[in-house]
Amino acid sequence: MTLADFWFVLIAVLWIGFFFLEGFDFGVGILEPILGKTDVERRQIINTIGPVWDGNEVWLLVGGAGIFAAFPIWYASLFSAAYIPLLLIVLALICRGMVFEYRSKNPNPRWRNTFDWMLAISSLLIPLLFGVAWAAMVHGVPINAKGEFTGNTLWSFINAYSLLGGLTMLSYCISHGASYLSIKTTGDVAARAAGVAKRVGLVAFVLGVLFVVWTGVQYHQNAPWVYVAGAVGVIGLAAAFLTNSTGRSKLAFWSNLVGILGLVSMIFLGLYPNALPSTTNPAYSLTVAAASSSHYTLRLMTIIALCMVPIILVYQAWSFWVFRQRISTSDIPPTPVAETATV
Amino acid sequence: MGDLALNLARLQFSITTLYHFIFVPLTLGLAPIVAIMETAWYRTKNPKYLRMAKFWGTLLVINFAIGVVTGIVQEFQFGMNWAAFSKYVGDIFGAPLAMEGLFAFFLESTFIGLWLFGRNKLPRGIHLATMWLYALGTWLSAYFIMAANSWMQHPNGYIINPVTHRANLVDIGKVIFQNTAVWSFLHVILTSFLVASVFIIGISAWHLKREQHLDIMKWSFNLAVGFAVVTMVLNFFVGDQVAKIMTEQQPMKMAAAEALPNTACGRDASFSLLTVGNPGQGGTKEIRVPYLLALLATGSTNGCVEGFNQIQARYVQQFGAGNYIPNLFTAYWSFRLMIGLGAIATVWAFFAWLVMRRKKRPTSKLFWTITIWVMALPWLGALLGWIFTENGRQPWTVFGLLKTKDAVSGVAAWMVWTSLIAFTLTYAIFAVVMYILMRKYARKGPMTADEITGDPDKDADKLVFAY
Repeated sequence: MTLADFWFVLIAVLWIGFFFLEGFDFGVGILEPILGKTDVERRQIINTIGPVWDGNEVWLLVGGAGIFAAFPIWYASLFSAAYIPLLLIVLALICRGMVFEYRSKNPNPRWRNTFDWMLAISSLLIPLLFGVAWAAMVHGVPINAKGEFTGNTLWSFINAYSLLGGLTMLSYCISHGASYLSIKTTGDVAARAAGVAKRVGLVAFVLGVLFVVWTGVQYHQNAPWVYVAGAVGVIGLAAAFLTNSTGRSKLAFWSNLVGILGLVSMIFLGLYPNALPSTTNPAYSLTVAAASSSHYTLRLMTIIALCMVPIILVYQAWSFWVFRQRISTSDIPPTPVAETATV
Repeated sequence: MGDLALNLARLQFSITTLYHFIFVPLTLGLAPIVAIMETAWYRTKNPKYLRMAKFWGTLLVINFAIGVVTGIVQEFQFGMNWAAFSKYVGDIFGAPLAMEGLFAFFLESTFIGLWLFGRNKLPRGIHLATMWLYALGTWLSAYFIMAANSWMQHPNGYIINPVTHRANLVDIGKVIFQNTAVWSFLHVILTSFLVASVFIIGISAWHLKREQHLDIMKWSFNLAVGFAVVTMVLNFFVGDQVAKIMTEQQPMKMAAAEALPNTACGRDASFSLLTVGNPGQGGTKEIRVPYLLALLATGSTNGCVEGFNQIQARYVQQFGAGNYIPNLFTAYWSFRLMIGLGAIATVWAFFAWLVMRRKKRPTSKLFWTITIWVMALPWLGALLGWIFTENGRQPWTVFGLLKTKDAVSGVAAWMVWTSLIAFTLTYAIFAVVMYILMRKYARKGPMTADEITGDPDKDADKLVFAY
């Protein structure tokens, strides 16, 4: 395995971490105005991810910066080609990011409701678009002999396969967020969440099977590993659905880790040895090797990543443990704590 | 590709970066100050400091939220709009950005959550540490960005790969620790302290005028004045160092800042304070101080400073035909206003402190209005500083290596129009929202001593419901 290959794997790990951690943030965001029928319930829901959503989002930033540092050619080609989809994703990230801090700082119901729906819509768009984008990459985009993208910033990324990928990712996030909510809340919200986790979990499983089968049939240059990854993904999604059906929400939540691990690995295996496949002619594809940084940069980043990632995992995990309790509506004070205080 | 797409991309990068830098200095300066207040609370157990830390901390997080989202855009923008730049120098430029993520972003985002939500759940000492670690995270973030930007100003530690014709990193130390990076980081930090101090002064003044929350506001006011004066004085030295480095590494930028057409030495190397009309193009009225430019730029009154005409001729020889002189009006005025506005704000802050010490309650309405609104000045100064340094580097994106016109992605103009309008509108709306909230919470003031009641036993281990 070359250093470039190692970094391809590491990028996959970062994106797995992102989809697993922000996946439930997105799901919770989508469900907030739906499962939260009253303002107190909506606050109950938001506070389940309040302390951790920002740290989770950093996985995306490091995933993106990792692509830049390790594969600047991939970064440049992909981000300029997918200009409009990325623009939409970034706008959604901006809108979503404003909601958490600002939503409850004004008692006006119209203010809060606007932010609630901003949260839901942006939380829906991000995983949908990322799913579409990654699947579209596996499918390939028009690239000419000079390595230039010759397609359309929107239509080159929209096809049946990529849409399936997007919907799979979206349903995964909703179900995953619902599982998280059923573990982290009590009362009505928890009950509603458990129901959603089960029903949407079934949808995610079905779409996941279709997506895995299609990938295995069409993008199997890395057989049998791409099949293995797909199978792991499907097993995870199945386990999530089944454990949710029997009310074992914690197991369902961790099954979703298996599920996303399998799905994202499958995507990366569907890509390799290319970073950005060409539909014009496979020979024009941008390979992982050609896209990468110099040996010096890769080695430097490897040392830094190997030192820092364990430390980060420790303190981020500790943070989750600090905030592990279930939140009930009776916990929520009448106004956000900025306006009240405890010693 | 065309000039339109290029200019739109440049405009978009300027707008998004300046917006981002409205919020960043306040975070960088206010976070350590809140940490100091938290430390006072930890040490003395006097609830006054808790109320202070929570009050300024609330304003800090309102600001931080919009600082974060405006920063996300930057990471994507390099790839979306400046793909040629990313391909050519990404081997070097990507590394500090990835380091920023690993060292700084995880730290600040994890620990701000712990600070905000964990006050009752964490032992007092650990909760105190969360604000310090958060502040450290923000400073590390600033360092890596300044290192990356400094590499664009003064590329170092690289070679051009003869096979791929791209720049390759060969010495990370020269990127992360070069003097450009160290001094410009210090400059940004000191500026941030000034911004945060004057912010505190302004808001404290609003309350002091109304004689409310006096115990907290007086302490905050005095602390802030101390920070403002000390950091501005230090910033003169640090800024001077930055300017000297700039004279050495980017002489054209300094010549443009001075609107100095021809090389001048000694007495003739005079510092231009003010110009009426177009700087550097004759037929204008100017106030100049003899010897001062030589002293500032080189450290000696006999020093010589190159004029932009001479540098232009030299660059044509070195780099080929082209115009290497940045916009003189922008360079000249952004440089002066950056320094001037910061100085005026500091002088006023010190003056306000003297006034507050003498009289119990100043009665002049003008005094209060100025003291409150003077907080805008360092903010404007900071933005002008960025305008100066980025505009002054033109026509280069990476000095001497990559021209801006060669750095763009080549995406169609309509796409850049779309993103430019979308970002500008979105930012404008959220800036207004942020202002509404900031104003509301600033005016609300800290909790009173009665409101900070709680049963330490009952509340221990209780999650804080901040949202």
